[in-house]
Amino acid sequence: MSAAAVHSLWTTAADPISKIDAPKIEYGQLSPTLIILGAALVGVLVEAFVPRRSRYYAQVFVSAVALCAAFAAVVALAADGYGTTKAHIAAMGAIAVDGPSLFLQGTILLSGLVGLFTFAERRLDPAAHGNRVDSFAAQAASVPGSDSEKAAVKAGFTTTEVFPLLLFAVAGMLVFPSANDLLTLFVALEVFSLPLYLMCALARRKRLMSQEAAVKYFLLGAFASAFTLFGIALLYGYAGSVSYATIAQVVDGNVTNVDPALAGTMGNDALLLVGAAMVVMGLLFKVGAVPFHMWTPDVYQGAPTPVTGFMAAATKVAAFGALLRLLYVVLPGMRWDWRPVMWGVAIVTMLGGAIVAITQTDIKRLLAYSSIAHAGFILAGVIATSKDGVSSVLFYLAAYSFVTIGAFAVVTLVRDAGGEATHLSKWAGLGRRSPLVAAVFAVFLLAFAGIPLTSGFAGKFAVFKAAAEGGAVPLVVIGVISSAIAAFFYIRVIVLMFFSEPRPEGPTVAVPSPLTMTAIGVGVAVTVVLGVAPQYFLNLASQAGVFVR
Amino acid sequence: MSFPLLTATAALPAVGAVATAAVPAARRTAAKWLALVVSLATLALAITVLVRFDPGGARYQLTESHSWIKEFGVSYALGVDGIAVALIALTALLIPFIVLAGWHDADPLETGSRRWRPTQGFFALILAVEAMVIISFEATDVFLFYIFFEAMLIPMYFLIGGFGDRAHEHGESAASTQRSYAAVKFLLYNLVGGLIMLAAVIGLYVVAGNFSLTEIAQARANGTLHMATSTERWLFLGFFFAFAVKAPLWPLHTWLPNAMQESTAPVAVLITAVIDKVGTFAMLRFCLQLFPGASKWATPVILALALVSILYGALLAVGQRDIKRLIAYASISHFGFIIMGIFAMTSQGQSGATLYMVNHGISTAALMLIAGFLISRRGSRLIADYGGVQKVAPVLAGTFLIAGLSTLSLPGLAPFVSEFLVLVGTFTRHPAIGIIATFGIVLAALYTLVLYQRTMTGPVKPEVSAMPDLRVRELAVVAPLIVLLVFLGVYPKPVTDIVNPAVKQTMSDVHQTDPKPEVEAAK
Repeated sequence: MSAAAVHSLWTTAADPISKIDAPKIEYGQLSPTLIILGAALVGVLVEAFVPRRSRYYAQVFVSAVALCAAFAAVVALAADGYGTTKAHIAAMGAIAVDGPSLFLQGTILLSGLVGLFTFAERRLDPAAHGNRVDSFAAQAASVPGSDSEKAAVKAGFTTTEVFPLLLFAVAGMLVFPSANDLLTLFVALEVFSLPLYLMCALARRKRLMSQEAAVKYFLLGAFASAFTLFGIALLYGYAGSVSYATIAQVVDGNVTNVDPALAGTMGNDALLLVGAAMVVMGLLFKVGAVPFHMWTPDVYQGAPTPVTGFMAAATKVAAFGALLRLLYVVLPGMRWDWRPVMWGVAIVTMLGGAIVAITQTDIKRLLAYSSIAHAGFILAGVIATSKDGVSSVLFYLAAYSFVTIGAFAVVTLVRDAGGEATHLSKWAGLGRRSPLVAAVFAVFLLAFAGIPLTSGFAGKFAVFKAAAEGGAVPLVVIGVISSAIAAFFYIRVIVLMFFSEPRPEGPTVAVPSPLTMTAIGVGVAVTVVLGVAPQYFLNLASQAGVFVR
Repeated sequence: MSFPLLTATAALPAVGAVATAAVPAARRTAAKWLALVVSLATLALAITVLVRFDPGGARYQLTESHSWIKEFGVSYALGVDGIAVALIALTALLIPFIVLAGWHDADPLETGSRRWRPTQGFFALILAVEAMVIISFEATDVFLFYIFFEAMLIPMYFLIGGFGDRAHEHGESAASTQRSYAAVKFLLYNLVGGLIMLAAVIGLYVVAGNFSLTEIAQARANGTLHMATSTERWLFLGFFFAFAVKAPLWPLHTWLPNAMQESTAPVAVLITAVIDKVGTFAMLRFCLQLFPGASKWATPVILALALVSILYGALLAVGQRDIKRLIAYASISHFGFIIMGIFAMTSQGQSGATLYMVNHGISTAALMLIAGFLISRRGSRLIADYGGVQKVAPVLAGTFLIAGLSTLSLPGLAPFVSEFLVLVGTFTRHPAIGIIATFGIVLAALYTLVLYQRTMTGPVKPEVSAMPDLRVRELAVVAPLIVLLVFLGVYPKPVTDIVNPAVKQTMSDVHQTDPKPEVEAAK
């Protein structure tokens, strides 16, 4: 390279600096995320300054208010017409405020709120030394079984840090599906992943398992993030920009103002294919699609159950939102390349999740594999590449997240001396001992199985319909077959609960506080309402089904 | 707006189910009475439907239509033709008897918590099944039908798995294992059938753009909706598979003997006389109307399978040691006749098949319920454990004989008329099949009479010597059914009058006319 070229490069790089304007931030449109982030910071301050005995109440209060306020902000934005009649790309092109964003943000906030209720439950575990305890470790830093742990339990410590962590995770999830450039996407990914890794390690009981789960999740997650980041770099090399709109233009072949420094690589399809594959891979990891699902069962099983419920619901919503936006906004021009691959992923995900779930003996692992199978069903809707595809996925995610949180909340209730009794054999005869809890869990299982008159059926129907209209009939047939396989193990649990004799030393069902009851109640209500009268929500999802570019 | 009679007929048992389930644990008897009253009120509504229905009028009457899920093009559309009216009446008629016959079947054992309310659950589930069956007879929207066709599996599943005969030769825990096996088998078979149908339902929507039976059928008839031949055949197979599992048709029948054997007699009646009818009804209403071409294409294979069902079911019934299993195999044989009548594509065949559905419902209900009373007295389902019952319990034995004779289609009892019509209807188009099917009747005589002979005649076995005869409650169940069997055997006109116009319509949907009788000119 000659000196002149270096010189001109240097000047072209330096020249615009004098023209940089102050970034224009649309605070109103970003308010849901800003509220949550602000509250999370307040939560950190609460940890520092509020006396220990009132921290729990302060944290729960701050978190609940923030989640409600952020949800109100989403509703206000939607009422203002964002998502239906207008859409905007805010924060200098970083965040898209459009229908899918708002719909998914609303879903994430509500599942965050319901998740918060299960986080805040303090009646299930027997009181230790006169202090009521929740599902989280007394002091995360103390070694399991050590004297310092015993001292922490005796002193009645609780890990109230989970509440700001929850809020940080929610904030990241809010940004994730609305990110409109690859860097924002990556930052959001890290913002919600790191708190989740931490929360996974915080179980009060079975701490070693919980920490193991967190390490696995962290290592594999870091690996997936690295893939994503590398993919982003390659895509930048391909398009000369990280902005979704610009990349999409380059994919379509409309290259404007070529960056001279990247002239050699821009438009190189190898970069596009490898880069896109790597970014999609990172998202499929978060979604839990086969073959990137290996972390799911271990993490779901080891994490404290309230965290599992929240993670299973909200992460899936956020990650599918980001995946949809990436495939529909950035890469529609190469859908003939990614559709066959996604077909394959959807098929192995549906079948793999359903088949492996049959052999599970732990209820949390079973639900983990079931979540993998559901990821496959949702992928079938993603593949449709139509407006119906978007709206069906949105609806499915909303329906699925409430069923999931509710189901995991029920799991927290069934206990024996060692904490939650998650082994399936212990659930035998639960229907005789506590008919109501068993019936509620049966409703959730039937919704997972997609039996008509539950939200699961409406969602599954919407997704399969979109897929069939998009020409993916074989995918629908395979989806139907794996639904049948999946139905087998959901029904096995129902059989166990209702038709097996109760064991003499079986678990007891703890009577929860109104918090968990609310979480379960909301789950049942949403399941039934979305099953019997899905019209309003389908309409909402269909109005929200258009991406801004 | 007129009174939504069809909605009310389905909603009443649904509301009744919720109310029954909500009765406090201690007030068991109140729950039973509530269920009985609700089922009788539903019968009254069904009779109103029957009276308001005009056989000579429009094809679908008492119609209701409201938009339900606009995104999917689904409407809440109800309407009945003659076939549906007859089957709704049958369902509403049988439920009070089922409730009455199962009066003590779900009294709680000593185990379980204070809040465990099996009795309330039992009767609530029966009413829930009734509501779902009735609405699936009424639905003129494919999606609406599908939803209830699938959803009815859940209450049925709990009825089979949760309640069984009290006495069991291998003790309660073995019984509960077998029960849950039967319940899971029932559910999985039907769920797989239903899910395959779901794929076809979605396919139908992709092709037709809506779910309205009347609109699609009309568009098919006047040629505005064209379906590729292969598409039509695949969709037909998807629908037919689900109905053939439910009906059940050989070789998809194996869930039925297990389910009927393990459940209590009233629940077994609910399965074979009520639930299964939805399968055969749906073949007439959905398969033939929506896919006439494919129906004709599949006729030879379906007739062959129906023939196998008739003979196979009858042969296996002859060899059974278990009374309930015997009745289950007999039912498989009878469903073979019904399906044969439907796909013979003649008006006698289809009228006969519809009439057969009604008559089979009544006669099997009678036979099964009396068998249930018998089993509850001795605590065994094995035929070999009985003998000489007619000397100790003559009324029980006598009614059992009449019900049994109706099963073998003795002239003068209701099933004779329908079986004759089916055979005549089949014979006019497919003589060979008609002739072979007749052997089913011969075998029916064998299994029925051998069953009667082994259980009721001969020397009185010591275990049955103290057996009481039918009680008042049991007589109240049996007597009306026997009266109906005799009445419809002598005078089937009320049913055929309602059914015939609808059958003519269905025949014209598949562009079929009865073959003209031919007489070979005398030389």
